[in-house]
Amino acid sequence: MNRRRADVVIVGSGAGGGTVAARLAPLVAAGKSVLVLEQGPRLDDHEFTGKEAEMANALYADGGGFLTADGTMTLAFGRGYGGSTVVYTGTSLVAPRRVIEHWKVPGLGHDEVVRRSAKYQAENNVALLPENLLNDNNRLFVTGARAAGFTAEQFPLNLRGCRGSSLCNLGCPNAAKQGTNRVQLPAAERLGVEVVTRAEVVRLEERQIQVLVSDVPPGARGRPSSWAPGEYLIDADTVILAAGAIGTPALLLRSGLAGLPSGTGRGLTVHPALILVGEHPTPISNDVGHPKSFFVDRAAEEGFVLETCMYFPFVTAKNLTGFGPEHSLLMRAFPRLQMILVLACDKAIGENRVTVDRQGRPVVHYRFTPEVVRSLTRATRASARIFFGAGAVRVHAPLADPPLLDRADRDRIDQLIDDRHFRPGRVSVSAAHLMGGAAMGHDETDSVTDSWGRLHGRPWLRVADASLFPDSLEINPYLTVMALADRVADGVLGDLGAIP
Amino acid sequence: MPAKALAPVDAAFRAIATTFVPELAAAGPAEWSALGRTIDSALESRPAALTGQLVAFIRALDLVSRLRYWRSLPALPPDRRLRLLRSFERSPVLAFRRGVWGLRTLVFMGYYTQPSVIESLGYQATPAGWSR
Repeated sequence: MNRRRADVVIVGSGAGGGTVAARLAPLVAAGKSVLVLEQGPRLDDHEFTGKEAEMANALYADGGGFLTADGTMTLAFGRGYGGSTVVYTGTSLVAPRRVIEHWKVPGLGHDEVVRRSAKYQAENNVALLPENLLNDNNRLFVTGARAAGFTAEQFPLNLRGCRGSSLCNLGCPNAAKQGTNRVQLPAAERLGVEVVTRAEVVRLEERQIQVLVSDVPPGARGRPSSWAPGEYLIDADTVILAAGAIGTPALLLRSGLAGLPSGTGRGLTVHPALILVGEHPTPISNDVGHPKSFFVDRAAEEGFVLETCMYFPFVTAKNLTGFGPEHSLLMRAFPRLQMILVLACDKAIGENRVTVDRQGRPVVHYRFTPEVVRSLTRATRASARIFFGAGAVRVHAPLADPPLLDRADRDRIDQLIDDRHFRPGRVSVSAAHLMGGAAMGHDETDSVTDSWGRLHGRPWLRVADASLFPDSLEINPYLTVMALADRVADGVLGDLGAIP
Repeated sequence: MPAKALAPVDAAFRAIATTFVPELAAAGPAEWSALGRTIDSALESRPAALTGQLVAFIRALDLVSRLRYWRSLPALPPDRRLRLLRSFERSPVLAFRRGVWGLRTLVFMGYYTQPSVIESLGYQATPAGWSR
């Protein structure tokens, strides 16, 4: 067993870990050592090819198809230098006031979240895409939303030199998306923070971390780790977990720390999602241009958010319900397809949670509550109206049976799209907004961490990722993860007496 | 052979795959081989038990075909095979729905990631984006 020591160890390098690394980097000049451990690989720019099968396997856990325990939903989360910020679309929304107030985290007000978010909007170059870079898939969403009586809003995006490859979710091949892999981590490394990739944290003990560093698997992408393959034991004064809402609770649970708060792993929310398509009579620009430029926010009123999207052939095929000739015909209409991503705003309940199996691997238990199914139904109806309002001739609606609606059906949308057609295991549900499992709160009776991300009863151990969320965020989460990680970093700096 | 992992049920698997993606009826050895490689690669990174479950599920589908129609799955006419698989996809039993979903996902992964198929769909995304 190799032995190492660091003053601060950060587990994970995504929106949370990358942010904390950058904030703590000035400590290095003061003689402190800061180490980031990332389970995934670090890819060089030329390795981002945009090819679906290659990149999904290189950048996502289980190729983006991590299954829940009952096999009825797939979870997509990134694994690599930059974590999920490598594979998101860069949508940069500030948390709604109603959500932060509902969380009731002591001392955490909406104004603070806005202030901290603004800092990262500036740092990561967040702006609206100019009109001339919007593709038909996005324009039709705006047109259809207006026709259906909804207001479409434009997403602020963290881009620099976007060429419109449309391949954001496979890792931008043009280095345009400003994730932590492009901004915070390089900045931290320039100041002396050490980032070690292919380093899986196996177990935590009191101020100690067991790590397994792996070699590059045959044929895999990415650089070798800067550490030699093997087992390591790292002594650390402070440990910050930022391995995501699956990884962080799983690490806590498999470590078997005595007195772990009973809420650890519980209260997972994921924004369960459906991918819907509308078929237009003529080709539209959909596989070029930023894929996610607009959204309709009905979270407060109806429990859903609709977002533009454009996925790749396999992901699209998987998310259409059914198979056989009708499925194949729809796939053959690819250049005429408009896509909408439907997100249900689920609520934290104890039974939706992360546990670990006997090998310590994460197991995600998730039940679709009737409220979630109703939200998905309302969202699917709204999407169908938007598609038809934009001129689509057919709509694929997984909560209709059969799932294909013709234009002549547009007056019967409420009858045809119904909760009763939601059958888990038949309808493809996926999720990429994974939140909760180490919630912030008052004490261990209602939460896992305090309002500064400190694990109750263990001041040396903090959390700085989406697992801090006490409930669903109801918008895309990365900017709020960064805002909370910024707050956690303030807490660490305060502990070390480094805040003036 | 499409997928080494599913070799024990190769004929039934091909019949199922062709039902999910009708274009596979005209696929040549190279396309089947590419499909198989992708599926093998996906299964290698999953727990070994999953492959066993898939093989068992394919065997169960074939058995139901023999009991219900007195013909193996590969010998069934395509329309009847489609009906049989749809009945499993709509089954009240979650394990059957999951089984069909898992199989179709693997087949779609093996088929819709092939460059020639992607091109035939008209999907043209490239890193060049607007300047392609």
